[in-house]
Amino acid sequence: MIAGRVWKFGDDVNTDVIFPGRYTYEPMSDEAMGKYALEDADSAFNQEAKPGDIIIAGKNWGCGSSREQAAKCLKERGVAAVIAKGFARIFYRNALNEGLLILVCSEADQIAQEGESISVDTERCIIRSVHGEYRFQPYPAYVQGLVEAGGLIPYTIQRLREREGEK
Amino acid sequence: MGKTFAEKVLGRAAGHEVSAGEIVIVRPDFCVSHENGAAVVKTFRKFGVPSVFDPSRIVLVMDHTVPAATAGNANSQKTVRDFTHEQGITHYYDLNSCGGVCHQIMVQEGYALPGCIVLGTDSHTCTSGAAGAFAVGIGRSEMASVWAVGDIWLRVPETIKIVLKGSFRPGVSAKDLILRIVGDLRADGADYKSVEFHGDAADRLCLAERMTLCNMGIEMGAKNAVFKPSEEVLVHARARAKKEDWEVLWADEDAVYCREFVYQLEDIVPGLACPHTVDNYATVREHIGMPVDQVFIGACTNGRLEDLRLAAQVLRGRHVAVRTIIVPASCEIYRKALDDGILAELMDAGCVISHPGCGPCAGVMGGILADGEVCVSTANRNFKGRMGNRESFIYLASPLTAACTALNGALSDPTEWAKEARI
Repeated sequence: MIAGRVWKFGDDVNTDVIFPGRYTYEPMSDEAMGKYALEDADSAFNQEAKPGDIIIAGKNWGCGSSREQAAKCLKERGVAAVIAKGFARIFYRNALNEGLLILVCSEADQIAQEGESISVDTERCIIRSVHGEYRFQPYPAYVQGLVEAGGLIPYTIQRLREREGEK
Repeated sequence: MGKTFAEKVLGRAAGHEVSAGEIVIVRPDFCVSHENGAAVVKTFRKFGVPSVFDPSRIVLVMDHTVPAATAGNANSQKTVRDFTHEQGITHYYDLNSCGGVCHQIMVQEGYALPGCIVLGTDSHTCTSGAAGAFAVGIGRSEMASVWAVGDIWLRVPETIKIVLKGSFRPGVSAKDLILRIVGDLRADGADYKSVEFHGDAADRLCLAERMTLCNMGIEMGAKNAVFKPSEEVLVHARARAKKEDWEVLWADEDAVYCREFVYQLEDIVPGLACPHTVDNYATVREHIGMPVDQVFIGACTNGRLEDLRLAAQVLRGRHVAVRTIIVPASCEIYRKALDDGILAELMDAGCVISHPGCGPCAGVMGGILADGEVCVSTANRNFKGRMGNRESFIYLASPLTAACTALNGALSDPTEWAKEARI
């Protein structure tokens, strides 16, 4: 169970505003990335977001560049989950790989107003707010192994060990 | 039932017949990274394996931050350079006369080959579909995993068929068409989908035009975008191929598509993507006369010899009214444009010729805008802050629109110029 305060965004929030290009090609630690999260998205989020907060967005969250920092900076900032009507393909993979919780909910825009608190029951795939209960889609079966391993790095290490065992 | 291009390529790679929706694990033919290869290296080290799965399948191209603008850029490049020596990776393009933007290099140097699978840590990897490859953008940790394990899981995508008919009117080009298509399908219109270009007009488009169209497939969310290889593409592939075992794969006549669109090229007019999204389509006519502060002609979208030649035809013997930055997509193109006198004509017209790379388009160097400034750009993205300043405004357009605009210092319609020039 996850509970947190909501930040709301619209449709097609792109990776350039989630993690601006002017920082993308500078080497930095993972922890440092959190500071730049959503800096160009016209929101108070960048200044005020706290660990445990939840993002609710419209369709196609994370469109644009393949930059993994867009998923990583949210994870490092402590975002507990991103709930959206849909995610762009590369962001979706990057988020799963980084272990950032992303939930697809067709009614995402109706769940809550900005600043309200919501809870997410990840076992039963239900989001609760003062406005009601909303279902989100469980992860597809083919990414369960990746999610259960905690992201791509532990998953790949696991696969390499299995392969070593087969020899 | 017939198969789409994606089903054929992924089925062959998986070793069995596949259909849209299935998950396959495949071994890529080539894997390309740029400076973010430094981050790939960092993650690769965490896997504890001494060597990459196959050094001959890895391509590294320094393009986003060359020549280095900061010590951080230089250190990232050094990390990649050292890694190529350590791992025996010979497909390496540094800041030298062979380099360029990675997507240009992939096609130009024969890595993007018909029927091959290309993975790249850049969203515009889909450009390689112009050469008939199945080319897909991925994240950098994902690439590190591929380097270690040698394979990747991919969902076989559903496919959108876009049929192109007829011929462009004078002054209209492939860029105007793709801006219109992205405007129609919107930023998520092809999410998770493969895009195939069909039709008599598609068959006639040259490689440069195909690259412009495939390059912007990602701007509607596409996983990949692809053309059936033409004779020009095959001649190029045979001359430059970096591997021997490739063959043309293409969709069956009775393949099943999730959506179909038909475009009559005579209906396409000079177009724009207005700030701050690529699907914010407008015609040039709607904004004609808008004052402009800077023009940028280049990038992996429109930095090819054909594009520079068009710009030079407009600007020859005349003088630009605003700052105009030209960035050839590769050193080979730069050299040819030099030999053909194109660069001299552009310089005489007052343009600045920058070195090949991603600088202005990625907002890292070589053309960052001031607060409130407007740029007409031939690149592929106009997101807020894209060119390094969130207080600026980017309009995407064709090289001809950009060149005519440079001449007047205000947004201009190239069809008028084309009528006079009889092009």
